[in-house]
Amino acid sequence: MSEFLQQLLNGISMGAIYALIALGYTMVYGVLRFINFAHSDVFMVGSFVAFYVAPRLGSGSIAGGMSILCVAMAASALLGVVIEKLAYKPLRGRSTLTVLITAIGVSLLLQNVGQKLFGADPKAFPPIFPARTFHFGTVVVNSTQLVTLATTLVLLVALHLVVHHTRVGTAMRAVSFNATASSLVGIDNNRIISFTFALGSALAGAGGVLYALNYPSIDPLMGTLPGLKAFVAAVLGGIGNLAGAALGGLVIGLVETFVSGTRLSTYRDAIAFGILIAILLFRPAGLLGKARVEKV
Amino acid sequence: MKSPAFARRRQFIALVAVGLALAGCKPSADSGKTGDSSTGPIVVGEFASLHGSEAAFGQSSHKGTELAFDKIKATGGLLGREVKLIVEDNQSKAGESVTIAKKFLSRDHVVAVLGEVASGRSLEAGPICQAAGIPMISPSSTNPKVTEVGDHVFRVCFTDPFQGKLLSDFAWKTLKVRKVAILSDTASAYSVGLAEFFKQPFVAAGGEVVLEVKYASRDKDFKAQLTAIKASSPDGICVPGYYTEVGLIVKQARELGLTIPIFGGDGWEAPQLIEIAGGDALKNTYYSTHFSPSQDSPAVKEFVAAFKAKYNEVPDAMAALGYDSAMALAEAIKKAGTTDPAKLTAALAATDFTGVTGRTKLDAQRNATKPAVIITVENGQFKFLQTVEP
Repeated sequence: MSEFLQQLLNGISMGAIYALIALGYTMVYGVLRFINFAHSDVFMVGSFVAFYVAPRLGSGSIAGGMSILCVAMAASALLGVVIEKLAYKPLRGRSTLTVLITAIGVSLLLQNVGQKLFGADPKAFPPIFPARTFHFGTVVVNSTQLVTLATTLVLLVALHLVVHHTRVGTAMRAVSFNATASSLVGIDNNRIISFTFALGSALAGAGGVLYALNYPSIDPLMGTLPGLKAFVAAVLGGIGNLAGAALGGLVIGLVETFVSGTRLSTYRDAIAFGILIAILLFRPAGLLGKARVEKV
Repeated sequence: MKSPAFARRRQFIALVAVGLALAGCKPSADSGKTGDSSTGPIVVGEFASLHGSEAAFGQSSHKGTELAFDKIKATGGLLGREVKLIVEDNQSKAGESVTIAKKFLSRDHVVAVLGEVASGRSLEAGPICQAAGIPMISPSSTNPKVTEVGDHVFRVCFTDPFQGKLLSDFAWKTLKVRKVAILSDTASAYSVGLAEFFKQPFVAAGGEVVLEVKYASRDKDFKAQLTAIKASSPDGICVPGYYTEVGLIVKQARELGLTIPIFGGDGWEAPQLIEIAGGDALKNTYYSTHFSPSQDSPAVKEFVAAFKAKYNEVPDAMAALGYDSAMALAEAIKKAGTTDPAKLTAALAATDFTGVTGRTKLDAQRNATKPAVIITVENGQFKFLQTVEP
């Protein structure tokens, strides 16, 4: 029983990070109908920004950790907007495939510039929040997991409020629903798209910091694997659906953790992706996605 | 009607095609022949993981090889000719080593290839060298399959059946482990092999493997596997992996309250292990390796001093083996008196010299039989524990 609880906790904290990254994929898909493959590298940049500002902002205290997190999120948001302006905006109105290939190009660019700039060797990430361990019976909870869960929860609530209770959020949903109609009623689509990229990239940056906090070895290619898992999570939950992305992240995190803890651990990724295929066979739009008719 | 844009595009495609054809012609002048030119410098190719997840291995090994070449150059080269070392980086990536080996053979006309530390990547380049008949010496790949590729592939280190047996003996006799859990890397030939070679003698001695779980290279989260290990309550954990993952595994194991001994093989050997896991977490961890700079022998002392003078750091086992691999090659070239691949291969097969990692005598399977050392971590420093004779 205690093993089950421990694995549940491990799985939820893993899933929380996948959820944060998945939200960025799903938001961009919502407004632009394409998968931003550079997203996982914005995640990587987020953790490197935290790595470099940590010594200046004083890591090891809650206030210091929070400010490092905020700086990393702001830098990621900025990077997301710059990528959108330079790489994707000139392609607006072109076929989705063109934008998709560009996104892969941007991803490779970030990875390789990262290897040149930060060095290709793994670096040890400092403990930016105070580290403590709590014992509940035989279940061990460490403060990193609590910080991860609390941060994710706060960010999810904040995101929900922004999307559903502000004017810009309403505009985002309008663009997502019908871009042509939204521009007809006076919404500046380009501004809303920039805002979406900023929001999604900030979440990726936060995910990067939390990931590095949990697994303190960072390198410029670290984004690929969690990025892929988060993308799967977004598709699993129903791409374009925010709650779906969070749910998908949680499901992937839990499945991975429970499989890893058994003798089937060799097949962890195979099982996680097998479940994805099975769900998509029965619900092609994902768990919470609505099937929509593609107008040609 | 053809649009001007379409016509322009056709012109462009034609231009690219001509360019490609020209580029394709260029190397054909000097390809089609492998091996040495017998005038000019003797060229040796070294491939190493200078970047990426096993960068510490590649960097160390390369520094050792470079030091050996400095020494050879200082004593007037080989066979009255200059020596030249060409280094290529495979960035710790799968697939790159094949490309590098092909480049060494077809473009650089090397007399021999040195590399690599990771068995998986030595296994990539081995068949290429074997097919071309050019000898390859791996400094520190311990998986038995590496030299099984063919009679042109050698190594100057011990193999995993020996390492697995000594780990099993150490766990059984010194650590008094009776129930063990094994956590190995499915994506690494080294890790899978060593796990197996540890398990057989351990079970034969009467030990019990209570749980065997896997991870994949580049994983960061091991809490799931470690939680399952904790629930199976072993007396020790065997982690035959590479330092990048081992560092995180040890750290997460201690976070989960697992204070039992954790041990593994020479894949742990890197200063980054301490950086990633932290000195406190590494208490009660042990690994076997090829060399310790604190060994008491004149050869080791001289090597450590020369290494410190050049790089301002203390050499580890990978550096020592990198040095010995180059020295073994130099000995063989001297003995063969030529760089002819067949004669050089025969001279290498008869290798018997004393390097910094002890006497290196190759057996019929082109493997070295030599002593190992066991290292532990105390107060955030590697500490030499004991030497194990084969």
